[in-house]
Amino acid sequence: MIIDEKLDKNVIVTSVDAVANWARSSALWPMTFGLACCAIEFMATAASNYDLDRFGAGVPRATPRQSDLMVISGTVTLKMATRIRRLYEQMPEPKYVISMGSCATSGGPYWQHGYHVLKGVDRIIPVDVYVPGCPPRPEALIEGLLKLQEKIKTQTVAKRAHVPFLKRLFTKTEWYELEGTETETDPETPSAEGDSAENTA
Amino acid sequence: METTQQTESKIIELKPFADEMVVNMGPQHPSTHGVLRLELKLDGEVVREAIPHIGYLHRCFEKHSENLSYPQIIPFTDRMDYVAAMNQNWGFCLAVEKLMETDESRNFEVPERAEYLRVLICELNRIASHLLSFGTYGMDIGAFTPFLYAFRDRERLLLLFEKVCGARLTYNYIRIGGVSEIIPMEPGSIAEQNFLDEIEAFLDYFEPLIDEYNDLLTKNSIFAERTTRVAVMSAEMALSYGATGPNLRGSGVDWDLRRDEPYSIYDRFDFDVPVAVDVPELGSVVGDCWSRYKIRMDEMKESVRIVRQILAEGLPSGPVMADLKAVRPPQGEIYFRSEAPRGELGFYIVSDGTPKPVRLKGRSPCFSALSALQELSRGLMVADIIAIIGSIDIVMGEVDR
Repeated sequence: MIIDEKLDKNVIVTSVDAVANWARSSALWPMTFGLACCAIEFMATAASNYDLDRFGAGVPRATPRQSDLMVISGTVTLKMATRIRRLYEQMPEPKYVISMGSCATSGGPYWQHGYHVLKGVDRIIPVDVYVPGCPPRPEALIEGLLKLQEKIKTQTVAKRAHVPFLKRLFTKTEWYELEGTETETDPETPSAEGDSAENTA
Repeated sequence: METTQQTESKIIELKPFADEMVVNMGPQHPSTHGVLRLELKLDGEVVREAIPHIGYLHRCFEKHSENLSYPQIIPFTDRMDYVAAMNQNWGFCLAVEKLMETDESRNFEVPERAEYLRVLICELNRIASHLLSFGTYGMDIGAFTPFLYAFRDRERLLLLFEKVCGARLTYNYIRIGGVSEIIPMEPGSIAEQNFLDEIEAFLDYFEPLIDEYNDLLTKNSIFAERTTRVAVMSAEMALSYGATGPNLRGSGVDWDLRRDEPYSIYDRFDFDVPVAVDVPELGSVVGDCWSRYKIRMDEMKESVRIVRQILAEGLPSGPVMADLKAVRPPQGEIYFRSEAPRGELGFYIVSDGTPKPVRLKGRSPCFSALSALQELSRGLMVADIIAIIGSIDIVMGEVDR
């Protein structure tokens, strides 16, 4: 009887999934990472008027190793694409990607003559939510974030736990084929000496 | 290690020479204003050399220009300097208009009302651009409050831009021969009166805030300590690197295209051009990071003055678009420059008489300013690199184009 009373007040019965998803969806830490025009709108979303912190995503981290969410805010050029792939791989699981704006989604205004523009960031990394616009309004980005939170709430911890095990069985390209994403090899970087300099760091 | 500190600037001479270390700053770095990569060659914490690597945002502007007609290029100029897109639109349209004026048979006049609207909107856009520069510079140096203040007030300006063209950031408002009529605003109508009233309300709200910003950041001793006597750019150096705009005036050169080579209707307005002077009480010398930053704060006041003069005169009535059948400039070439918030924005156009340009080159003020970084940063600390990048106020979209 006494134990029952104590339990009533202090214990909530729930599933592991519900708790994990609640925690993950309500504390999405985005990476401070701006590419182009959309980055200004991303800053405006994080600043006073739109205050992204209301949705738990107001702690922009300067390093991929501390962040859960990558907002691709702007045009992805071929030179930047390899860096984005590397940044994505540095993020710890679970990780999510929002493709903000039409440039990141499909190349945007640069799809026809942009010889140095990647036609969609989903060619190199898997994308969870696409936000259209050039650039999207802050309200649109917030909507995208809410959609991502809905998506996270439908996932299960168990399914996620299988990912590293399965990943070990396949090579990286096969894994992306299995996932249904594009299997293009990394775009060539125009400056070879830039790469070697970066490796020395 | 022995260190000797010079009194004039904070350049530190170190001996003996230690092992050089190469550190990469960027392209993903919160304080490099986009996707700039700096290859830093360090001796301890002292920068021996900072080599900027650009091209991470090269969006093929010139290739697009060769394949598109003149009016179709305007949205791409928006995306060059996305912080001050109105001024980029204007610079390009002025160049095309100048080229079209060379042909006598196709002569046309930009309507008076359009000229007034252009100056009005572009000066407001200049305030928005300098506000963003002020906010992010504070954040780079370590003060987060200016960022929130600047974005709070910038949103009010963006609302005004939305009222005339429907967009917050990439406007495509200024067209060849006038301005866009996408949201009609009849001369003398209630809509126009409301719009002007809202601008006046904003100016009344904003003007005292500039002094508040100055109290908050400009005269802040921590901020002054980080920025004064850091990276002194002499007038000769600024001229030889081709630095323009606030960077040039921050070095003490009195030069502003709006006053010295007046285009559009700038000769009708009364405004001052702020030029840097020594400020002994804060320890600032002409040409340091603080001077370049202060010029922007003073320019906001001058922009407010220009807008107030337009409001006092009222917008003239008439059309906002010239009677243009087609934009087809005659054969020839032109270079036209205008004063964007970041400096001299030039467009070089070669035309063969078809609706598309044969060659179009944008002269970007940020690119020239960035080229001075290598010399400015030599012998300074790593943390000072951030102060320099913020003070020359670059936008990578315009550097890489």
